[in-house]
Parts: sequence; structure tokens; C-alpha cells
Amino acid sequence: MTIQFNDETFRDDYSFYNSERAIKRFPFPFHEDSYMYSVNMEQHRGGPKDSVYEKRFDVDEHYVSEMRDRAMVLADDPLRCQSLPHMTLAGWDLLELIMVSKSEDYPDLFELHRDGNKWRWINKPLGIDDSFVFLDEATLPYGPMEYITRQAQGDFCVLDQRDDNLWMDAGMVTTQADWSLDFDIGMNFFEWHAPVPLAHEKGIFVRALKFLLNIQQGAPARRLNWTMTVNPLLDTSPENYHKWGIQKTTLTPENIGAKQHLRVELQTFFRLPRSNALVFPIRCYLCSFQDLMTVPKWGRRLHRVVRDLPDELATYKGFIDNRPMMLDYLKNFDDGLPTSAGIWPDLETEPALET
Amino acid sequence: MSGAEKIAVTVTDVVPLNDLVTRFEFKRADNGLLPTFSGGAHTVVEMRDGDITRLNPYSLMSDPMDQSRYCISVRRDDEGRGGSVFMHTRVKVGDEMVISYPVNLFSLDLRAKKHLFLAGGIGITPFLAQTKQLERFNGNWELHYACRTESLGSYVDELTSHHPNETHIYYDDKKQMIDLVNLLEGQPLGTHVYVCGPKGMIDWVRKTATNEGWPREAVHYEEFLAPQPGKPFEVKLAVSNKVIQVGEHESLLEAIERAGVDAPYLCRGGACGQCETNVIDYAGNFIHRDHWLDDDEHAGGQKIMPCVSRFEGKTLVLDR
Repeated sequence: MTIQFNDETFRDDYSFYNSERAIKRFPFPFHEDSYMYSVNMEQHRGGPKDSVYEKRFDVDEHYVSEMRDRAMVLADDPLRCQSLPHMTLAGWDLLELIMVSKSEDYPDLFELHRDGNKWRWINKPLGIDDSFVFLDEATLPYGPMEYITRQAQGDFCVLDQRDDNLWMDAGMVTTQADWSLDFDIGMNFFEWHAPVPLAHEKGIFVRALKFLLNIQQGAPARRLNWTMTVNPLLDTSPENYHKWGIQKTTLTPENIGAKQHLRVELQTFFRLPRSNALVFPIRCYLCSFQDLMTVPKWGRRLHRVVRDLPDELATYKGFIDNRPMMLDYLKNFDDGLPTSAGIWPDLETEPALET
Repeated sequence: MSGAEKIAVTVTDVVPLNDLVTRFEFKRADNGLLPTFSGGAHTVVEMRDGDITRLNPYSLMSDPMDQSRYCISVRRDDEGRGGSVFMHTRVKVGDEMVISYPVNLFSLDLRAKKHLFLAGGIGITPFLAQTKQLERFNGNWELHYACRTESLGSYVDELTSHHPNETHIYYDDKKQMIDLVNLLEGQPLGTHVYVCGPKGMIDWVRKTATNEGWPREAVHYEEFLAPQPGKPFEVKLAVSNKVIQVGEHESLLEAIERAGVDAPYLCRGGACGQCETNVIDYAGNFIHRDHWLDDDEHAGGQKIMPCVSRFEGKTLVLDR
């Protein structure tokens, strides 16, 4: 197999790590030295070779361990995966989209063999070889959405489209940045975004909804979002806040480089053909501050972004209390030199840190 | 590039059904599979007629699960701007054409306990795909289909033979009418009603359903407007710094495209909202024909939907 999968954990001893290759392809979310909300959508049609944009569903070195972590979350709390009764067809749409995409994009890892409605799915990294009848739920061990999203990195929100709105009517959500599917299930686009500060006043959500309602078959879209997480936790859910919230107080000037992670979501949007629903995969990437600092451009820029972020956003993203300590660390990697435009590391062209 | 993704297809069958309606079948030019779609979706067909390119939306009527072919039915409109006449007189088996990916602005509400379909004339086409979709999942549906005469009743035989219990036909020339009030009153809770047909029929169904206390969310309708001919007029496009002439038989959107300006669109029938354009300055009267802008916006003189709406007057400056 072309990818060497890490054996790592996202809890307890936190043995998660990024290889040098994973650091270089990390989706750094800031295209300039400051940050404010925008409807920063673009078409999702590939991208630079080996970047997280290249394939429809990125599979990386964390795949096997992330799926193991998801199974543990679901064993503790089955309500992380829910699908209202009218969303089953959308679940089959999603299963088809992921199986077709992965088998075409990673033929050495995944195989899909179709003979009419008789399908055989082979997932080599997870050791799965299942035959089933497409559109017949009784032939799968789980519902179609749960079956395939137990084998796909990232959270999945499956949104019904009706009455000129989107409705959170199904999802698999175990790697979320502090929101709950069980709380949001059945809500519409404005209801589930109600807690976000500043963006409503800017009209961001009205424009974003208009864009999303018009995403068409064959023309998926994407954007990046970000927050901060102490320790490489995938499951930062409200349900488990009592377990992870307290960990934010364990940062020290000595451990911040290793413990503080930038958490980036690659959000993509696909129209589902049979159901006319919209699927919204939210793929989480984690990178420690000390690994990010190996890219001089990102070190300079992250310092400036964190320093200049409005207090409301630092509060909403949950790091206002730790911001002074972050800045004490990050300022050592900002020599005041200008940075190149765009998110890419530009290792060959950007100067090393001046000391 | 504006509009949905494109697919190169070959015309594989042309079947006249009656005096007004002809069915066209498309297969992919590269022999590959077409995308699946959801019942109610349409495709935009590109027609190259000399210097003129027409882009007309037609509901997909074939089985959504059948990826080998798409079918549309086109009603000839001799009073229109020529798109349907082009399809009827110029398109032959073996022709290469370009159509768009399916776009659905008339989707089933899959929460419905029952789907009640009301069709008028060529408005039957989206329901042909929707009933095929529902049949596959044992969905509960009922169709009431009004046609002018028996000879103009496209697909009546197919529907009554395959679905005798679900299908109800009404002929205008026999003075048969859908008993709408009783029909709506007799529906079980959780029923959604869908209407596709002439504007008068849509207005009648929406109004009656409102009077009968139906929730707005349970009443669905689709009416594609064909752009109507009108007096020629001149438009200034401020962003692209061009002055264009809109001819008698072309839409404002088509004139903008003819000038080489890429303008967003999807349905080209006044329904989807994609082509909404800001008006910078005007002296004259708008002829608004879309379903997208509300009455205040139609009166406000700040927005126009160039796919179906026109203008009469001295000056019109658009933010395009």
C-alpha cells in the first residue's frame, strides 16, 4: 500500500503524530496575515499533487487510527450517529459517492465491484470485504450512512433541502469542534449557526446559504475553517466537555509547543443525486504548534493572526484565556519579514527565520 | 463558466406522441453512464441554430435510476421564440447535442406520508420521473392529470395501464374538472401536494390549498416560464463596459451572453434566482415576469431577472 498508516491514539496517552510529509501537506488555513469570516468557497476539483485538495475524499496516514477512535466514540455514545427516517436515500447516495470516489482515487486501497444492484466493497486498510444489495438496508450491518462513515475520515452532515433552507436531518459526528449533532438534529441552517458571533451581522449566513442551495451535481465546493485544541483530541464534543475542557488549563510555557494544536477543518459540499440532499463532510486535521513552526512562513503568519484576532472570535474559538501564553511562544517565530500570499508553505522560496 | 456542468450526448430516439408533443432520448456521446438524478430535476438543452444558441430547460421524465439514457418531452409552441420548434423540426436521431447535469428545483419532500400530484398538459413530465422514483421505494402517491383532449393526452395510456389505482385523468373537451376542494379535504395528514402546469392552474391550486388551510411548506409547484418576445431595447452593461441591443425574439440574458459576457444562470425560467442582476440606473418601465423577486422588488427598480424579464424605455444600466 502506498500510505504507511500510523498506529496512534487521540486520547489518554495521545500518541498521535504527523510525519514530515503530513506537516508539509497540512491545510494551513490563513491565506494572509489576518483573519476574518468570509464566504471563502471555491470549487472542489482537485488541487496540487499530494495536497489535501487533490482527491474528493482525502485518505492519509491517520486513517486507520481515526476509524478506531470513531468506533470507540460510538460505542460510548450511539447518538453521535443519527439519521431521520426520510434521509435513508441520502445515506445510499453518500455510500455510493464515497465508494466510487475512493475506489477510483485510491485503487490500491479500495475496490468496488458492481453487477447491477449487487455490490462488493473491499477496504484493504480496514480489512473489510462485504457484498450487499444496493438500496437494500437489510444486507448491510448498519444503515448506509453509518456503514460508510465508519470507514471515512471526518464528520458528515447530511442536509435535507426544502423550503429554501437546509436541515440537519442526518449525520455522523465524532470529531467535532464543540457542537452536538444530537442537539442540532432537525434544525435549519440559521438555527444551528445561531451561536456564531459577528457573522450574522455581516450577512455571512444569508449569502452562504444562497451559495449552498445552488450547489449542483457534478460541481462540489470546499472551504477551510479552523479553531484551537489542546492535545490532539478528535472528539471535542459538548457531551464530553467535562473530559477535555479542563485540559486547556494544563498548558505551560514548556509544553505549549507540543500540546497546543491548530485544528483545521476541510469542509466540502456535494449535491447528492438521488435524494437532492447536500452532504457536508467536515474533515479535521490537527498539527502541533512546534510542527507548524518548522515552516517559517506559517510561524510568522500564525503569530500575526492570533495576535490580531478580535476578542469575540478568540472567545468563541475557546482560546482567549490561553492567548497571552500562545503569543509568548509564537512571537519567537516572527522576525517581522513579509510573507508570501496564499496558504502553501513555500519552503523553497520563503526565507528561514532570522535569529 | 455559468450554468451547471455540461454533458455531450447523442440523440438516440425521436418519438412524436401527438400533434404537439415529441419525446427525445439522449445517451452519452462517449457511451458512458449518465448521472443519476432525483425526480423533478430538469436539464438545460443547448440548441445551436446558426448564430443563435438557445438554452431551454426540460424536465427529465425517464427513470432516475436509469443511467443509460435521459428522456425529455417537448411541447411545440408555435408562438414562442423558436426553441421548441427547433427541437421538433431540426433535431434528428444521431445528432450530437450538449445538455446540462440534472438540476432539481422541484424536489419531492421525502418526509411526506403521501404525494399528491396535479398535472396540467405537458406539466406531466416531472411526475413521470417522480412516480418511477417512488415506485422503487413503495411510496404512496396519487396523480390527477388534466389534458385538453384524449388525443393530446401524452402518456395517459402508460399511466392508466401501469398505475390504474393511482391515476385519474380529466379531459377539458369533456368538461371534466379536478374536484380540488374535495380532493384536498380528503387527504390524510402529512400529504404534500405538487402542481406542474399552466400558470392559471398553479395559481388555482396554491390559492385553494391556502384557503383549505394547507401549510405553505406542503404545497410545491414548478412553472418554467419561456422568455416572451417583446420590443427591442438597449442596455448598458457597466462592469463589462458594453452597450448591447436586445432583439425582439431573444431574452436579455441571451443578449448578454451573445455579447460575450459570462452571466450566472441555472433554470433560465425565472424560478431559481441565479441570474438576479442589480440595476444601476434606468428611465422607463420594467416588464418583470419572474417568480423569484417579490412584489416590492418588482416595484423597486433595483433588480431584474434577465432570463425572462424585459424593459421598455430610454435607459437601462446593469451591474454586469
